[in-house]
Amino acid sequence: MGFEVLLKGNNMLRLLGGLGVAMYISLISVAISIFLGIILGALMTLKNPVINAFSRVYLEIVRIMPQMVLLFIVYFGATKVLGINLSAEISSIIVFSFWGTAEMSDLVRGALSGIDKIQYESSMALGMNTRQTYFHVIIPQIIRRLIPLSINLITRMIKTTSLVMMIGIVEVLKVGQQIIEANRKSSPNAAFGVFATIFLLYFLACYPISCLSKYLEKKWEN
Amino acid sequence: MNFEVIRDYLPLYIKAFMLTIKIGWIGIALSLGIGVFSAFILHFKIPIASQIVKVYVELFRNTPLLVQLFFVYFGLPKIGISISAEAYGAIGLGLLGGSYMTESFRSGLDAVKVSQTESALALGMSKGQLFTSVILPQAVTLSVPAVVANLIFLLKETSVFSAISLMDLMFTAKDLIGLYYNTTECLVMLVVFYIFMLLPVSILGSVIEKKTRFKMFGD
Repeated sequence: MGFEVLLKGNNMLRLLGGLGVAMYISLISVAISIFLGIILGALMTLKNPVINAFSRVYLEIVRIMPQMVLLFIVYFGATKVLGINLSAEISSIIVFSFWGTAEMSDLVRGALSGIDKIQYESSMALGMNTRQTYFHVIIPQIIRRLIPLSINLITRMIKTTSLVMMIGIVEVLKVGQQIIEANRKSSPNAAFGVFATIFLLYFLACYPISCLSKYLEKKWEN
Repeated sequence: MNFEVIRDYLPLYIKAFMLTIKIGWIGIALSLGIGVFSAFILHFKIPIASQIVKVYVELFRNTPLLVQLFFVYFGLPKIGISISAEAYGAIGLGLLGGSYMTESFRSGLDAVKVSQTESALALGMSKGQLFTSVILPQAVTLSVPAVVANLIFLLKETSVFSAISLMDLMFTAKDLIGLYYNTTECLVMLVVFYIFMLLPVSILGSVIEKKTRFKMFGD
């Protein structure tokens, strides 16, 4: 079946290392996306017409453009048009942050506008000032709503980073291909075993995270 | 920008566009079928079948399409299952989409309030009437936004097909860039064709969402 290839030498370790590369890129991108997304999401609730128009166009671009196309535009297009040389890692982090920021800002906007007006009014009636209202009433509620959703964003980011092999980053799929090519003679069926293992590795990486997200969402339901 | 280049490439892009749309929509039709079927199994808690559906949904929701396609396209032929790349693309997309659609339809079915069922039963409706004229219409409406989001997501995911040598838009662009180095033109055309494919779906989707949204009892 081709699973024996993985036991040869340090093949399994190399495969895990490849998964590490994908994780590394996705975690950096998630961190950037959450940071920028919160800022943009908060700005979107201000109802400023310029910001609204900008964010609508931005969100629509991200909504309809495949991430792979964005990757190609940044990796191949930027080099040609702007004459700058971006490494594959940097361009993938730029693209995934661009995508993630849009997703995150929409979540933040949803969470912020989902807070009832009554919450603001009640805390004011209790004599709280604006700062106290935000710190003791609004922000704790938003954080509870946002944490499960941001954790969910992490799994989606991990899944999307599998695309980086298309611009030449050596991550888990590429390592898998290398292992298959190297053992073509000795075990011709390696493709099945190796890709089944990668399939499972991705599942093992994402499943616990999505379980955590579901658990927190249930736990913090009002 | 060299417009002669664009004119020369146009037929190639149109061909790729047609292929992308064809496989995309076959995959989506497949995923809708799988989704409705599995959602019913989960909703009615059919023993064994619902366990299988749960494993399938978790397995496919937690792995990327690229990895799924590599597994079916390069892996399955090694154990003797071999069909064309197009069929693998459509089946891969159908399986991935099926898992997402299942979740959308199931949450739609589950979101119909218990009081609706109870009221319908109190009015003397039969189980069949209850399902077809009370639960189903509400469940469909409730799952529309999620289904539209899934449609766009799945059409976007078709860009991954280029990895298994399907001559889709992405593959054509990559191929032409590699052959003639007209990077700018190729990328601009790629973007235009994707906008052409997805913007109508996105706009139509939000119209349908608005049209089907009605006030629930108690709103």
